[in-house]
Amino acid sequence: MDMVTAVTSLGRNGLADWLIQRVTGVILLAYFLFIAWAIAGGVDYPSWKALFEQTWVKVFSLMALLSLAAHAWIGLWAVLTDYLTERLMGSTGNFLRITSQLVIALGIFIYVVLGVQILWGY
Amino acid sequence: MLQVSIYRYNPETDQQPYMEDFEFDTQGRDLMVLDVLEQLKARDSSVTYRRSCREGVCGSDGVNINGKNGLACITPLSATVRKNKLVIRPLPGLPVVRDLVVDMSMFYAQYEKIQPFLQNNTPAPAIERLQTPEDRAKLDGLYECILCACCSSSCPSFWWNPDRFVGPAGLLQAYRFLADSRDTATDERLSRLDDPFSVFRCHGIQNCVNVCPKGLNPTRAIGHIRTMLLTRAT
Ligand code: SF4
Ligand code: SF4
Repeated sequence: MDMVTAVTSLGRNGLADWLIQRVTGVILLAYFLFIAWAIAGGVDYPSWKALFEQTWVKVFSLMALLSLAAHAWIGLWAVLTDYLTERLMGSTGNFLRITSQLVIALGIFIYVVLGVQILWGY
Repeated sequence: MLQVSIYRYNPETDQQPYMEDFEFDTQGRDLMVLDVLEQLKARDSSVTYRRSCREGVCGSDGVNINGKNGLACITPLSATVRKNKLVIRPLPGLPVVRDLVVDMSMFYAQYEKIQPFLQNNTPAPAIERLQTPEDRAKLDGLYECILCACCSSSCPSFWWNPDRFVGPAGLLQAYRFLADSRDTATDERLSRLDDPFSVFRCHGIQNCVNVCPKGLNPTRAIGHIRTMLLTRAT
């Protein structure tokens, strides 16, 4: 029997998706702990601005940004291919799934572009 | 009186499935769920289910008992009846043929996909392929599966993708051959599993472990397959 193919999955194979999901998960956890720690120390505008002017914070933030994009795509892709399928709904399933994928891809794209602009633009 | 409720559906006469209630006198005995079904069938011969060995070996009477999949023949009433109620439904997620009988084709198709037979491309020895006791021990907890489908039909990932996710039963058997020292097709086997669905639709919620009447652990086997895929790729 043929191998199950999936052109819209991020890594194109199961192991890659799985690994990316784990690694990005760890990066996100680390980033959110870092932000929580920064906030817990008390923030005002100057200190927050000073924090994000440091290059390593920008790089770390960018990493978290891209991780979130990949993590969200893999996670939502799995949800969509569970519930919006031809098997469950006929061709409507395909239409809904592809449309949702386009909307999600667009959303993630806008999010990444805006994020990069905010981080490096000012 | 035990209140028994059974899922009934005869596609030839019923518009849709319904639950039929029976009163059942256990006479104080702790019967197996299958005994109850047998006696109800004696009362109403149209009650339909599969059974064969009646001792948990053949795997044909997997049903959903009070919300949990199990073999009717080895589930005593005392282990499942609460508040005097016994609700029996077909295994979830598979098409119903009639009453408690489900169509297992999708389940078997996944089993077929993992090529559940020994493959060895070296010349056959005169008598048999030997295996050390240590290597043989690696198959314990894998070979005992009776293909009852209790696990796969309790797995949400299998409900949504029974055509693409191999499911816990199939994956347990996939690992049974991956772990076999006499099998030489390991690499091909792994290649056939390395897509986003066959193995990786497992999200580790362990419904399969929770229901297996043979006490097997498909989630652990799936973890081993994942590790093998990872080691091979890195
Ligand atoms: S552990 Fe995996 S195979 Fe078992 S029930 Fe959960 S998702 Fe299904
Ligand atoms: S692993 Fe257990 S529950 Fe699943 S098919 Fe085999 S015996 Fe049945």
